[in-house]
Amino acid sequence: MTDNSENYTAAGEVGSHRTRRTRYQRAMIGLGKAPITAWFGMIIVAIYIFVAIFAPFIAPYGEAEVFPTPYEPWSAEFIFGTDQIGRDVFSRLIYGARNTVGIALFTTILAFLIGGGLGLVAAISRSWLDHLLSRAVDVLMSIPSLIFALVLLSIFPPSIISLIIIIAVLDSTRVFRLTRSVALNVVVMDYVETAYLRGERLGWIMRREILPNIMPPLVAEFGLRFCFVFLTIAALSFLGVGIQPPTADWGSMVRENASLIQFAAYDIKAGLTPLLPAAAIALLTVAVNFIVDWFIHQTSGLRDDH
Amino acid sequence: MTTKSKKHGNVLLKMRDIWIEGFADEKWNRIIRGMDLTLHRGEVLGLIGESGAGKSTLGLAAMGFTQPGCRITQGSIDFDGIELTEISEGMLRSLWGTRMTYVAQSAAVSFNPAHRLIDQTTRSAIRARVMGEKQAKDDARELYSTLQLPDPDNIGDRYPHQVSGGQLQRCMTAMAMSPRPDLIIFDEPTTALDVTTQVEVLAAMRKIVDEFNTAAIYITHDLAVVAQMADNIKVMRYGREIEESATRKMLSHPEMEYTKSLWSVRSLSKEEEKGKDAILDICGVDAAYGANKVLHDINISVPRGKTVSLVGESGSGKSTTARVVTGLLPLTSGEVLFEGEALPPKLSDRSKEQKRRIQKIYQMADTAMNPRQTVGEIIGRPLEFYLGHTGRKQEARVIEYLEMIELDESFFDRLPSELSGGQKQRICIARALAANPDLIICDEVTSALDQIVQEGILKLLMRLQRELGITYIFITHDISTVRAISDEVVVMFEGQVVEQGLKSEIFSPPHPDYTQLLLSSVPEMDPDWLDNHMASRRSG
Amino acid sequence: MHPVVKTVLHRLALGVVTLFVVSVVIFTAVQLLPGDFGEAVLGQAATEETKAAFRRELGLDKPAVLRYFDWLGGVLTGDFGTSFSGRAASGVDRSREVADLIAPRLWNTLFLACYAAVIAVPLALIMGITTALWRNSIYDGVANASALTTISFPEFFVAYILILLLASLNPVFPSLANVDSSISFWDRVYTLALPALTLTLVIVAHMMRMTRAAIINLLASPYIQMARLSGAPPREVILKHALPNAWAPIATVIAFNLAYLVVGVVVVEVVFVYPGVGQLMVDAVTSRDIPVVQACAMIFAATYIMLNLIADIIGIVTNPRLLHPR
Repeated sequence: MTDNSENYTAAGEVGSHRTRRTRYQRAMIGLGKAPITAWFGMIIVAIYIFVAIFAPFIAPYGEAEVFPTPYEPWSAEFIFGTDQIGRDVFSRLIYGARNTVGIALFTTILAFLIGGGLGLVAAISRSWLDHLLSRAVDVLMSIPSLIFALVLLSIFPPSIISLIIIIAVLDSTRVFRLTRSVALNVVVMDYVETAYLRGERLGWIMRREILPNIMPPLVAEFGLRFCFVFLTIAALSFLGVGIQPPTADWGSMVRENASLIQFAAYDIKAGLTPLLPAAAIALLTVAVNFIVDWFIHQTSGLRDDH
Repeated sequence: MTTKSKKHGNVLLKMRDIWIEGFADEKWNRIIRGMDLTLHRGEVLGLIGESGAGKSTLGLAAMGFTQPGCRITQGSIDFDGIELTEISEGMLRSLWGTRMTYVAQSAAVSFNPAHRLIDQTTRSAIRARVMGEKQAKDDARELYSTLQLPDPDNIGDRYPHQVSGGQLQRCMTAMAMSPRPDLIIFDEPTTALDVTTQVEVLAAMRKIVDEFNTAAIYITHDLAVVAQMADNIKVMRYGREIEESATRKMLSHPEMEYTKSLWSVRSLSKEEEKGKDAILDICGVDAAYGANKVLHDINISVPRGKTVSLVGESGSGKSTTARVVTGLLPLTSGEVLFEGEALPPKLSDRSKEQKRRIQKIYQMADTAMNPRQTVGEIIGRPLEFYLGHTGRKQEARVIEYLEMIELDESFFDRLPSELSGGQKQRICIARALAANPDLIICDEVTSALDQIVQEGILKLLMRLQRELGITYIFITHDISTVRAISDEVVVMFEGQVVEQGLKSEIFSPPHPDYTQLLLSSVPEMDPDWLDNHMASRRSG
Repeated sequence: MHPVVKTVLHRLALGVVTLFVVSVVIFTAVQLLPGDFGEAVLGQAATEETKAAFRRELGLDKPAVLRYFDWLGGVLTGDFGTSFSGRAASGVDRSREVADLIAPRLWNTLFLACYAAVIAVPLALIMGITTALWRNSIYDGVANASALTTISFPEFFVAYILILLLASLNPVFPSLANVDSSISFWDRVYTLALPALTLTLVIVAHMMRMTRAAIINLLASPYIQMARLSGAPPREVILKHALPNAWAPIATVIAFNLAYLVVGVVVVEVVFVYPGVGQLMVDAVTSRDIPVVQACAMIFAATYIMLNLIADIIGIVTNPRLLHPR
C-alpha cells in the first residue's frame, strides 16, 4: 500500500473549476456577454412581438379599410400611401406582422410537434417504425418543398388552414431528421441504457433522459426552421397561392404593389413602397438568424478557432 | 542490450523555463508552468504523467509546435543551436519532417485515407531531398522489414484502411524514421492498442531507435511501458516537473511520493477466497449480433459474494457476455441461471425484482450519468423506482449512500460536470448500490481513470463487498486490476472461454497458449522485461 | 464486382426507385382533389354531356392504378397529357399538349439556371475555400456577415432591390426579362442579367457558408495536422492532403445548391415575368391546371433527385475506402 493514499480523499479530488450557478444566473451572464448582433436580433424580435400583439391599437386604420384613392403618395394622412385598391399601406404592414409572423410561428410549432414527436419515437424504437418513417421522409424530402407545396396547394382549397397544414407537414420532415439524429446520439449513452436496465417506461426515458439533452440543438433548429417557414410562406403568398386577400400579409403586399417600383425614378418613395413589406420580412429573418448564431455558439461550446 | 548502456552525444535539445497557455472557458489557462528539459543525441527521454499533466503539449513544444488555441508565453527552446521560439513558421517547417518527426497516438486517423502508405512514409524525405524517390522507397521497404511488418516489399502499396491498427502504428514509426531525423516525438503511440499488439510495436520502435541512435521523447501514462523505452524518465504533474532520473533509479528509488502513486494499482492485491454456492451460472450460452455469432458456448459460474474477473482483449466477447447477463442482448441458446432460476433472455420479460438484483457500472462515468440531473436525482431515482422512497426519506437515504462512497451531502445538488472523474465513478457506484443489488457488473470501470483514482475506486469496491456481501463480475483488460480485485478469473478469447479458475491457478503455470501470450505481454516495471520477453519469444 | 461499381449501381437503383415513388406521390396527390373535375375545369354551365366526355378523355372511368400507368407511360415518352386550360363549358376545346407548353419554357429555365450556376459555383467555391483558409480575418468576417444577411432575405426582396437600383433608378439592365426564340445569345445574356444576378447572390451566400464549413471540418482532421507536423508547406497541405478528400463534401454542397436553384428559379421567374417552367407552374397552380402542375412537379423533382444522385456518386467514386477495398 502506498503512503500517499493516506491523505487522499475522494471528496477532496478536484473537479472541474466551474463555479456553481443557477440556470437563471448562467443565462444572465450569457446575455451580458452577447455580441451586438445578438442584442440587435433580440430587440428587433421584441419589437415585432409587441407590434403583432397590439396591432389594432397601433394601426391608424383597419386591416381591410378601403379609401377612395388608390396609389395615394406618402403623406401625413397615409404614412406609406395607399395600395392598388386604396388601403392604407402602413396599417396593413402592422396587421401583417400579426398575420404573417403568427401563421409562420404556428406552422413551425406544428411542424415541431409532428416531426419532433415522430423523430423521438423513431430514435428510441429503432424498429420497423423507424425504417418506415425514415423512408417516407426520404421520399418527401426528395421533392423540393416549395414545388411539393405548389402541387398540394393546387389541390386543396386556398385557405390559411390548408396552408398551415401543408407547410407544417412538409417542414416536419426536416425536423424529424434532426430530432432523430440528435436523439440517436443520446440514446446510445450509457445513462439511457441504465434507465432501460432499471426497467423505466419508454415515456419516462423520453421525457427525463432524452428530451432535456436534445433541447439546445432543437431550440436552435426552431429558430432556423421558423425563418425557413416564414420565407416559404412569404414566397407562396408572393406567388399568389399562399395567404389570400383581404388578409394583410407581407408576401402578397409585395406582389400587389410591385408595379410601383417602375415609378421609382419619378417618386423614390413610391418605388420604395413594395420594398417595405419585403424589408419587414428580411429584417425579422436576419434578427432571428443573429440570435440563433449566437445561441449555437453559446451552447455547442464549439468555436471555429479551436 | 545496448539501450541502457549506450553513450549519449552532446546536447541536442534544451528547453528552459517553458510556460504555455491554452484558451478555454473564455480565458487563458496555464498548461505548462516553467518546465526545463534537456535531451542529448541518442537519448530516449520518457515523459510520464496523468491525464491533464501537459505532457503532449510539452512534447509538441519541443518541435516548436503549439496546438491551435495554445501559445508559448515564455521560455526558450534550443534545438541544436536554433532557437525555435524565434524563427519563422517557414523555418520551423523545414525542420519538421526532416530533423524532427512525430508519431501520433492514433495512427488510424493520422494517415491520410487518400494516399498509399509508402507515399506517405517517404514524402518528407523526398520533399527535403534527403533521398531520391527510388532510394527513399527502397529505404522505406527496409524500414518496414526492420519493423517486422508482414510482406515489407508490398505493404507500402496499401492504403491506411487496408492494414491493422498495430501495423499502421509501425508504418507511422517508419514514416517518422524515413528522413533520418535527429529527434522523434512519440505521443502515446501504443495506448490505443491491445496488450499483445503493444508488445510487438514497442519492440519494433525500440529496435529502430537503437539502430539509428535517434534521440526521442516518449510520452505515455504507463510507467511499465516507458521503462522499456527510455534511458531517463521525467515525471510531470499539473504542468510542472515532479522529478527526473535514470530509468532504473526511478523505478527502484523514486524520490517523490507522487511518482510511487503512478503504479499504485500494481501494489494492491486481494487474498482470494473460494466461493461456496454460485449466485449466477452461465450455461452453454451462444449469442449473436444479427448473423454475426459473437459468443460460443460460454460457461461461467459466479460464486456468491466474490469477484469474478473476465479478462481478454478487444473483441474477446467479455462485454457481450455482460450484455447477455443483463438481458440487453438476448442469448440464442443456453441459459443464464440466477439463484438457480433461469433468467428470461429478454430484458422486457424480466420482473422488476430480477432487474433490481443485477446492476451495472460503466467504463465512462461521463456518459453513464445524465448531464442534466443532479447527484441527488441520479442516486434518488432507483430508490424511488424500486423501493418507493420519496421526499425526505429518499433524501436521507441518498446522503447515506453518499457517505458510503466516501463523499458527503455537499455533493447532493451538484451536476456531473462539476465532479472529477473519480467522483463521477463513485456516484455511479452509489446509484447501483441504491437498488440494493446482489450482483454488480463492472465493465472496465477503472480503465479511464488515473492510477491513484483507480486505486481508490478498487478499494471502495472491495470494502463494499466485505460490508454488503455483493458479488462482482469485473470486466477488464488490465492484468494488474485483475490481480488487485479478483477471487476468480475467466480468460476469454474470440468469444470463447479459454479457462476459468481461482486467481492463483490462472496466474501460475502451466497456462493454455492464449493465457500464456496474454500474461507474458503485460509490460512489467523492469527495464529488462522487453529484452527478456523478446528473447524468450525467439527461443520459445 | 468491384465495390465501387456495386455501390454506384445500388445508388442508381435507389435513385430510380425514389423517382418512381415520387411519381406515385405526385399522381396520388392529385387524386385527393375534392369535387368534380369536370365542373371545376369546365365551369358550372357545362352540360352533363361535355362533362362526361371530358371525364372519359381523362380516363376517370378507369381504375386509378391503370390511369397511373397510362400517365407514367406517357411521362416516359415525353407525353404529359393535355392542358385543362382553353376548354370551355360549350365543349369547344382549344387546349394544348402539355409537352408543347413546357418544351420552350424548359429551355428558358435551363438557360437561366445555367447562367446563374456558371457565375455562382466558381465564385462560391473560391469564397468558401478562401474564407476557410483565412479564418477570422476581416475578409472572413465581412463575407460571413453578408452571407448570413443575404440568406435571410426573401428572393423577391433581393430581386426588387436590384430592380430598384439597376433598372428603375439607374436604367442599366431591363427590369422585365422578355425573351423569345428570335433573340441572340448575347442579347439574352444582357436581358437576363438581373434574374441571374438575383439567383447568384442567393446561391453564393448559401454555398459559401456550406463550403467554408466543409473545408474547416476537413482541415481539423488529425491527418491534416500530421501533414503540417511533417513539414508540408500550406500549398501541399491543401492540394495533396485536403483536396483528395474534399471532393465528396464539395460535390454535396454544389448539388445541394443547384437543387436550391431549381426552387429559387420559380420566384425569380415570376418577379421578372420570365417565360420559364416556374412561372408556368405557378400559373397552373392558380388556375388548377392539374396536368401542367403534375408535369412541372415531375420535372423539378427529377432534376432535384438527379443532382443529389450525381453528388452521391461523386462521393462514392472518390472514396478511397471503396476504391481500394481490403
